[in-house]
Order: sequence, then structure tokens, then C-alpha cells
Amino acid sequence: MSPIENRKANKIKHEEIRRYKIIQMTDGVLIPKKNDGSVLNSWRVTFIFSIALLFTLVVFFPDPYRKIFLFVITGIPVTFQATICAIIGAVLIGTLTGLGAVSKHKIINIISGVYVELIRGIPLLVQLIFIYYALGRFFSLDGMLSAIIALSICFGAYMGEIVRAGIQAIPKGQMEAAIALGMSRAQAFRFVILPQTLKIVLPAIGNEFISMLKDSSLVSAIALSDILKRGREYISRTFLSLETMLIVALVYLTITLLLSWLVGKLEERMNENA
Amino acid sequence: MPNIEIKNLDKTFLAKDGTLVEAVKNANLEVKSKEVVVIIGPSGSGKSTLLRCVNKLEIPTGGSIVVDGINITSKQTDIRKVREEVGMVFQAFNLFPHLTALENITLAPIKVKKISKLEANKQGLALLERVGLSEKAQSYPAQLSGGQQQRVAIARSLAMEPQIMLFDEPTSALDPEMIKEVLDVMTDLAKSGMTMLLVTHEMGFARAAATKVIFMDEGTVIEEGTPDQLFDHPKNKRTKDFLDSIL
Repeated sequence: MSPIENRKANKIKHEEIRRYKIIQMTDGVLIPKKNDGSVLNSWRVTFIFSIALLFTLVVFFPDPYRKIFLFVITGIPVTFQATICAIIGAVLIGTLTGLGAVSKHKIINIISGVYVELIRGIPLLVQLIFIYYALGRFFSLDGMLSAIIALSICFGAYMGEIVRAGIQAIPKGQMEAAIALGMSRAQAFRFVILPQTLKIVLPAIGNEFISMLKDSSLVSAIALSDILKRGREYISRTFLSLETMLIVALVYLTITLLLSWLVGKLEERMNENA
Repeated sequence: MPNIEIKNLDKTFLAKDGTLVEAVKNANLEVKSKEVVVIIGPSGSGKSTLLRCVNKLEIPTGGSIVVDGINITSKQTDIRKVREEVGMVFQAFNLFPHLTALENITLAPIKVKKISKLEANKQGLALLERVGLSEKAQSYPAQLSGGQQQRVAIARSLAMEPQIMLFDEPTSALDPEMIKEVLDVMTDLAKSGMTMLLVTHEMGFARAAATKVIFMDEGTVIEEGTPDQLFDHPKNKRTKDFLDSIL
């Protein structure tokens, strides 16, 4: 998904949150729906297709596909490490940004607003390369750390919008009840508002995680030895570009489908508890 | 001696369409220690706004409010200290849905008064017993009926050991069969000598428990008196019309 599509999807998502006070999943990832009991739902079809194709290629065409596969999957831990660390960073930045957006202080308001607008207005790839070089110029950080920081900063803005929408979805009476009991606004946020927000935004965070897992491939252009980079390394050695990219695509697709299934489960559990 | 003195209170705000709304106009009101004062009046008459000014959930635009000797409209006042002394019960209960009934009650004492969790739990269970909900300590708000939720909300306010209690239409969101259980708790509270200021449509409760009834219309206090005076011999025509329309 391109950053522009991503931005559009995010915008729609936030409109929907505001309207229905729930977090909708609109990131274009196929989320299996609970009520869709038919054997042939789109998620299943895609998943079986990708697994079957991957399996067939790897088992029956060991040369070159099994070789490619074994080479490429060594990038999986790198992709996951970058994504998991960056999602934690993005949630931290997003929480601060979301709180800033609803703050009573005009200055803090504007700072978090400008940050969000800035990030949303620049293509992800451009940001990543810029931050990577900026970090490289002023601090000497290794590729992984730079990638994590760059991804955190980029996704922190989107996360901030999710957190803001989550906070605004909490009824006003909650804050009033908390401060009427003598709590400070900070205490009210910490003990009353944010725990409820977390519950609302958890599926959306899961969704961002999937988004980020895919977008982390952009970082391979500069720093990481992730799935995509491993593929490109293989191509540069063998010139099997189409075969390699087929495997790379299937590996990403399989991971993404599995994760979206997990997020769907998570969302289901949340709805049951609500 | 806990009391509330409201003098020449004004509250205006800008409505969404840009018009200036005068919710409260030059309102005067006094609640003495251990008094139970009930504010009645048609909807939109500024009753709730007046009540919400007392703990500064709404910021008054004019006049003064003195609570327990502290001028809360002055900028130097730490409103949080006043809020600890003034409990508030809301129409929509506003219980914290992610916490159990007991945790709802103990949160503020632990975080604001910094008492130990053990002590807070002991006090919380005693309060739940007082409102007749001992067996619901571990229930979440969603598992409680409206009446039970409101009783937990009252217990939650009492946990801060307030000198004054404010009630903003505490029974308006309840099904008829649950109103009594909440009014019973409020009546007990009134009997125990709590200073109370309420907005309610429960005229039966006002007649039985109030020491003073205030009639408000269009943001101003029109008439005040004992329940007998105001309900049986209203002096002002608007009071009479209002009482005729609801009784």
C-alpha cells in the first residue's frame, strides 16, 4: 500500500471512528469476519492459494525456488525485530501525540498537530531515507536502530491520530467524574481515560502492525537485511529476479494473512468483553 | 461549617450556531450546613449548569461562589482541594467501566488521598454495604442494573469523605422500578446530616427530604421556601404554572 493510499485509508478510518465511536479496520488487509462462516471466504481462498503455491514451488521445484526460499526467510527475523521494536516506539510516540492533540495547552496542541501534518504530507520512503541519513549524519547509529527510529517516527503520527480518536471516543462524563473526585487531569488520563482508550485502539494497533510489517520493506532500500533485501541480494547473485520476487511476495503475503487472522481474533475477543 | 454561598452567578456560553446562551443569570442561593436543598424547574432553566458551577465543572462567567469559606471563583484557589470536599453524582452515573464496583470506589482515595489499598478496600466494602451492594464488589458496571450503578456511584463519591454532596438529576436515567432504591440511599444520606444540593424531578423526595426547595426558570432563582410553602402555597405565578404542569 502506498503512503498516499495509506493516508487516505487512515483518514477514512478516523472519520468512521468519530462517527461510530468504534475503531474500524480499513487498511485493506483482509480480516476474516466471524460471521462469514462459509468455507470459501476471501481470506481462506487467498491463504490457501498462497500456502499451496509456496509449498508446491518449494517442494517440487527445489531449483531455484527452495534455494531462494531458504535464502530469503533468513530475513524474517530482521523484519519482525524491526517491526516489533518500531510498533512499540510508535505506540509510545502515538500516545504522547494523541494526548498532545487533546491537550488544553495551545502550544502542545499545535506541536502535535504539526508533527502529524508533517508526517502525513511526506511519502514514507522519503521520510525514512531522510531520517536515516539525518541520524547517520548526527549520531552514528547502526542500520537496525536507525530503521526502528525512522519507522517509529513515521508511524507515530498515524498512531497519534488513532489514540486521539480513541480518547475522543471515551464519553465526556468519564473525565468529569474523575476530576469531580479530586483527581488531576493527568491522573484522570492515566487511570481512567487511557486504560479505556487502549482497549478501543488495540485492534487498530494490530492493524498498524501489519501495515508496518509491509512498509518496513521500504527500509531495506537503505539499511536492513530484511526479507526484501535478502531477495535483492539473491537476485544480484543469480539474476533470477522474477522467481525471487515471487517467493518474496508469497512470504510477505503468508505472514500478513496470518497476522490479520490474529488481529481479527483479537477484535472478536474485545467485542465479546465489551 | 460546610456551606455554599452563590452570589450573582452568571454563566454564558457560545452555542454551536454562534448564539450567546445565558444559562444562568444573576442567580443567588445559599446552602447551610446539613441542609438538603432541592432545585426544581423546567428543562433548560439552568439548574444543572448552576450545580456544575459549584465544583467548577463549568467555569462561571460572573458572580462568586464560596464553598466552605473558600472562594472558588478566585483564580488562586486550588479547585482540586475543593473538589475533594464536594462529591458529585451524575445523571449518567459515569462509573469507570474498566474497573470493578470496588475499584471504582477505591481509585480516588488511593490516588488522591494516598491511603493504602488495604484501608481503601475496607472503607469501600463498608460503603458498598451501606448502599446495599456488598455482594457486587467484584462486578463490573456493565453487569449492574442502572439503580445499582447509581448506588455504586454514590458510594464512590462518599469514599472521598466529602462535606457536601451534589446530585445532578440522579434518577432521571433510571427505569421507574429502580428509582426508589436510589432515593432510599439519598434519604438515608440526608438523615445522616450530609449537606446536599440536588437537581431532581422527584417531587416526592423533595417534599419528604428537602429542608429548602428552589424554583429556577430561565437561569434565575424565582422562588425559594420550605417544601410546604413552595409546593402548597407558591407565591410566584411561574412557580404555580410549573407545579400545575407536573403534578
